[in-house]
Amino acid sequence: MMLDWNAFTPGASFAGGLLIGAAAGLYVLGVGRIAGIAGIVAGALHSVRGRAAGHAVSWVFLIGLALAPWAWRLVAPLPPMRIDVGTAGLIGAGLLVGFGVRMGNGCTSGHGVCGLSRLSLRSLVNVLAFMGAGVATVFVMRHLGLGV
Amino acid sequence: MAWLIALFSGLVFGVGLIAGGMTDPGKVKGFLDVAGAWDPSLALVMAGAIAVGLVAFAQARRQKQAWAGGSIALPASTLIDARLIAGGVLFGIGWGWAGFCPGPAWVAMASGSSAALCFVGAMLAGMLLHDNVWARRAG
Repeated sequence: MMLDWNAFTPGASFAGGLLIGAAAGLYVLGVGRIAGIAGIVAGALHSVRGRAAGHAVSWVFLIGLALAPWAWRLVAPLPPMRIDVGTAGLIGAGLLVGFGVRMGNGCTSGHGVCGLSRLSLRSLVNVLAFMGAGVATVFVMRHLGLGV
Repeated sequence: MAWLIALFSGLVFGVGLIAGGMTDPGKVKGFLDVAGAWDPSLALVMAGAIAVGLVAFAQARRQKQAWAGGSIALPASTLIDARLIAGGVLFGIGWGWAGFCPGPAWVAMASGSSAALCFVGAMLAGMLLHDNVWARRAG
């Protein structure tokens, strides 16, 4: 293993993490809900189709989330978003992410941030599964040359 | 009051994702690429988030009501089953493939990225496919 010191941003990343934790804390203490983006998006999605009630607050959270890059741009240019997959890859990966987070009941925020903060063993198992699969996928794509 | 808190939480969450580097799929892949030139930054995003989260969720367990009124809904399930693990694995494959997870993809889409819009559209389809087809079929 070798560290990529040029890419390493410990200060900014830790500060970003503090903000994420503060936002998740504010949401649970203030509104009484888990700031799991997968669950919030799914709740909002089903509310459109009339199959879930009480998700107005989910929409408001998602609007706040969507305002973040615009608030950022008032102060500084957004950091680059280096996307190295084509349309087929975006669609395939999006389908897997959407299906997987619903099947496992959470994502990086719901199980990762909130679940681990609650010391939930269930969340830890899910986090290890998606971290392991993510590492394996990048390994296969970058080092075994099976990139799409 | 609940809406105001939700709006502000979402905004702060998104700013945290951008600051931490989560909205850059290249950086996410750099974190997942432990066999290449490894960028451990995103472990520090997690560390920072959990450091604050531990305090907040400990308080949430003690607190009777949310500040905006109403109960605090903490997940009750402790079930560890095949669904939990298989769901995590499928999610992880998609995450490693494109470098996006749901929150950062939403932020990137809102910033005007058509690639992220494409990803989010497919993600919503994947959610519907699970909730409305797979979960019903499986009972």
